[in-house]
Amino acid sequence: MLSFLRGIALALMLALGLGAAPAASAQDLAAPLAALVGDDYSAKGEAIEALARMGGPRAAEALKALAEGRLFRRRSDQLVVIAPTSSGGTLTDAATGAAAGSAGDRELEAANLNNRLRRQLAGLIGSLTLTTGTPAERRAAAEALFKQRDPAGLPALTAAIAQEKDAGVRAAMEMARAAIVLSSDAPEAERIAAAATVGARSDREALGLLLSVAGGAPPAVAEAARTSAAAIERHLAMLDYAQNLYYGLSLGAVLLLAAVGLAVTFGVMGVINMAHGEMVMLGAYTTFVVQELCRTSAPALLDYALFIALPAAFLVTAAVGALLERSVIRWLYGRPLETLLATWGLSLVIQQAVRSVFGPTNREVSNPSWMSGAVDFYGLTLTWSRLWIIVFAVLVFVLLLVVLRRTAFGLQMRAVTQNRPMASSMGIRTHRVDMLTFALGSGVAGIAGVALSQIDNVSPNLGQSYIIDSFMVVVFGGVGNLWGTLAGAMTLGIANKLLEPVAGAVLGKIIILVLIILFIQRRPRGLFALRGRAVEA
Amino acid sequence: MKIGTASVFAGAVMATAAMVAPALAQDTIKVGVLHSLSGTMAISETTLKDVMLMLVEEQNKKGGLLGKKLEAVVVDPASNWPLFAEKARELISQQKVSAVFGCWTSVSRKSVLPVFEELNSLLFYPVQYEGEESSRNVFYTGAAPNQQAIPAVDYLASEEKVVRWVLAGTDYVYPRTTNKILESYLKSKGVKSEDIMINYTPFGHSDWQSIVAEIKKFGSAGKKTAVVSTINGDANVPFYKELGNQGVKATDIPVVAFSVGEEELAGIDTKPLLGHLAAWNYFMSVKTPENDAFIKKWQTFIKNPKRVTNDPMEAHYIGFQMWVQAVQQAGTTDVNAVRQAMYGQKVKNLTGGTSVMGVNHHISKPVLIGEIKADGQFNTVWKTKDPLPGAAWSPYIPESAKLTADWTYPWVCGGCEKPKFN
Repeated sequence: MLSFLRGIALALMLALGLGAAPAASAQDLAAPLAALVGDDYSAKGEAIEALARMGGPRAAEALKALAEGRLFRRRSDQLVVIAPTSSGGTLTDAATGAAAGSAGDRELEAANLNNRLRRQLAGLIGSLTLTTGTPAERRAAAEALFKQRDPAGLPALTAAIAQEKDAGVRAAMEMARAAIVLSSDAPEAERIAAAATVGARSDREALGLLLSVAGGAPPAVAEAARTSAAAIERHLAMLDYAQNLYYGLSLGAVLLLAAVGLAVTFGVMGVINMAHGEMVMLGAYTTFVVQELCRTSAPALLDYALFIALPAAFLVTAAVGALLERSVIRWLYGRPLETLLATWGLSLVIQQAVRSVFGPTNREVSNPSWMSGAVDFYGLTLTWSRLWIIVFAVLVFVLLLVVLRRTAFGLQMRAVTQNRPMASSMGIRTHRVDMLTFALGSGVAGIAGVALSQIDNVSPNLGQSYIIDSFMVVVFGGVGNLWGTLAGAMTLGIANKLLEPVAGAVLGKIIILVLIILFIQRRPRGLFALRGRAVEA
Repeated sequence: MKIGTASVFAGAVMATAAMVAPALAQDTIKVGVLHSLSGTMAISETTLKDVMLMLVEEQNKKGGLLGKKLEAVVVDPASNWPLFAEKARELISQQKVSAVFGCWTSVSRKSVLPVFEELNSLLFYPVQYEGEESSRNVFYTGAAPNQQAIPAVDYLASEEKVVRWVLAGTDYVYPRTTNKILESYLKSKGVKSEDIMINYTPFGHSDWQSIVAEIKKFGSAGKKTAVVSTINGDANVPFYKELGNQGVKATDIPVVAFSVGEEELAGIDTKPLLGHLAAWNYFMSVKTPENDAFIKKWQTFIKNPKRVTNDPMEAHYIGFQMWVQAVQQAGTTDVNAVRQAMYGQKVKNLTGGTSVMGVNHHISKPVLIGEIKADGQFNTVWKTKDPLPGAAWSPYIPESAKLTADWTYPWVCGGCEKPKFN
C-alpha cells in the first residue's frame, strides 16, 4: 500500500510536470525496464514506481505498453522492446525509442503482470487521466480512486473537483473524495458527513466500504457508517427480490426457447421426440459455422452474424427435421414407445456425427459486443445477453402463435392433429402437414440453439442438458397448448430462481422436481389442459 | 445411404482384421487406453487417448520396449461409470494388456479400482484428484490436494491478502472432498466460519446469474474476497461468461480454478477473464526446451498447429515414461516386478525439474499458479522452487491425518496406522 501511495504522488508529479521534468536517459531506464521483463514480481513493483518517478515520455510509454501487454523481452538478445500489439509486430527499443526490427510472439517474452501490479498500474494511469482524460476516463479514474481510497490522492482529487465542469464526473469525484475522507483519519465531523455521502451511493461497493469503516472507527463515525450501511442493506434487500425475479424471467425465457419447439412436435403432434435437444444443438453449431465464415470472409459482419445464423439455423434444422420425419418417425405414428426409442437412438447418432465432424471439444461462439456486459437499471444488474434472450424468446413465441392461429398452414396443422380422417377427407394432405409440422418444430428448436449458443457451451452434449427441462415445461404447462408452455416455462424459471438462494442450486432443482410430481398427480394434464373429444381420442 | 452403410461395414471388418493381424504376426506388448471417446467426458478424455497414441508411436520409433513393439489397445467406456469397470476387465483379461492408462473423473476411477485389484494389473491415473486414496494397483500421476489446492490458497492469502473465501464446486466427490480439506485448512489458519461460503451446483449447470450475484454480495463485506473454484467441465464456460458480463474483475474478486486448463479456455472468449487464476502442475506457456519439443510433437501428431496441451497430458507423458523405464529396469512386464521398479523412478517434467514416483504411488510435482491471459494461455505468477511430493492422505482431515501410505516393507499398505506384514 505504501509503495502505492508514493506511486500516486509520483504519478501526479509526472502528470503535472511531464514536459518540464528532465527526460530520463536511456541508461537510467535500462535497469527498471530489465526488472519489468524479469520474473520477480516485487522487483517489478519497484521498477514501475521507479519509472513513474523518472517521468518523461519514454517511461510513460513503457508503463502504458506494460499495462496493455505490449512490453516484451526479445529472446535473441534480451532487449526490452515495445510492440504495437500484444502478439508482436514492428518493434521499438523501449529505452531509446529507436526502431528494432519486427518479431512474432514466439520470439518475444511478454512482461507479465499479476493482479497486484495491475491494480498499481490502473491507479497510476487513473491519476494521470484524472484531469487530462476524456469525461469517461475521468469518471473511470474517480471510480478507481473510490476503490483504492488512498489519502495521498486527496489533494489532487480536491484540485480536480474544483476545475471539473461535467456534473456527473464531479459527483463521481466527490464520491471518491468522501470515500477517502471516510477511511482516513480526518476529523470526526468530516467523516460523519462523508459516511452520509457514501451512503447515498447505495450499492455493494459503498456497503463494503461502510462496513469495513464501521469495524474500526471511533464510535460516532462507526455509528454513522452503520446507519448508512443499514439503509443500503434495506435498499439492497428490496433490490434482491427484483433481481431474483429478473433472473427467474431470464431462466424462464431460456426454458421457453428450449421447449417451444417441443411444444409443437410433442405437444401438437404427440411425437415423443427425444432428438429435440439435438436440433437445438445443431442450431448452435450452425451459429458457430456462420460465425466462422463471417470471421474469415467478412469480419465487418461479425457483430451481426447472429442475424444471418437465425434463418440459416432454422433452415438447417427444419431440413433435418423433415428428413427424420420422412425416414423414421412417420412409420411410427401411434406407437409412442417405439418412437421414444427410435428418436433417442437418433439423438445419439446425431451427437456422434457432430462429434466426428466438429471434434469433441467445445466450439467458441463469441458474443457480439451488443450482447456483452450489463446495464445498470436503478441498481439492478441486467446483463445484455439475458435481456436480448428474453426479448427474443417473446418474439419467437408470438411468431409461432401467429403461425398456428392465423395462417392456413396453422389451421391445417390443428385440423390434422385434432381429427386426421376428417382433415384428410376435406382434402388436406395429412402426410405433408405432418412433415411440415415436424420441420417447423425442429426449425424453432434450431433458432433456440442460436440463442443458447450465446449463454451455454457449444458442444455435442448441448442438447442433452435441455431435453429433460423441455419435457418438464411442456408436460407441466399442458400438452398441446402454447400458452401452457409459456406459463410453465416462466413458473419453473421463477420458482427455480427464488428457491436457489434459499436452498442452493442442487436442492432447489430437487424441490422443483418434487413439486412437479405432486402437481402432475393432482392435475395430470398440466396447467392448461386441453378439453374436448380430441383429448379423449 | 445403402452404399455408405456397406462401406462403413466393410471398413469395420477391415479394421478388425488389421487389428488382429499384427498381434498374430509378431509378439507385442499391449498398453490399454481407457478413456471416454463419447458422452459427456469425451471433451476432455479424447485428447488423452490421442496423447497415448502419440507416446506409443514415439516409443515404437525408438525401437519399442524389450525388443518388442508396443501396441495401444483403445476402448471406449462412453462416460458410463459401470462400463469403465467392464472395459477394464476386458482389457486385462481378454486383451492381456501390461498396463492401462486411463480414467478422468474420480467416480470412474472408483468404479475400475476393484477390477484392477482383483486382477492385479496397473492403472496410471493422470488427473488431479481429491486424494484420500492409495491403491497398490494405481499410480496417481495427477496432483493430490497438497500439490494444487493448498498452495493456491496460500498464494491468495499471502499475495492478494484474501481473508474471505467462496468455495464453489460441482456437486460430486472431488469438489466435496477438496472443499472439506480446504475448509479445515482455512480454519486452522484462523479464518472464521462466517468468512467461508460453500456453494455446490449440479453437473453442467448453465444458469449462473444468482450464484454470481451471491458471490458479489458475499464479496461486498469490506474484506478482500476470492473464489476457489472446483467447478468441473462444461459448466465453467457459462460461469466465466456470467462473471465477465456481471463485471466481476480479477482485480476485485479473483477466481482460482482447479479444473480449468488450456482445453477448457479454448471454448471461451478470455478477454473478460484476464487475471483470474488457475493452479496446475503444468502450463502450456512455460518455456522450457522439453515443453517446446512436446508441444511441437503434439501439434505435428494431431496435425493441427492450434491444438493446446494441458496438465493431464503432461501427467500421461510422465506416467508413460516412468512405466517404460520401470519395464526396462525390471526386464519384464510382469506387474509385481514393474511395480517394485516404479518406486523412485525419475522423469524430467516438462516445466523444469524432476518428478519422482513415491512409495505411496503419487509423484512429486512442481506447483504453478497462473493468471489467464487474453490469448487463453496462462501466465505463471508463482511456482514452487522444488517439486512437491504428493500426499495420499490429507493431514487436514482428522480421520486421515494418522494414516500412512507406503507400499514398501514393512508397511505394504495404502492407508494404515501401523506397519503390517502382507
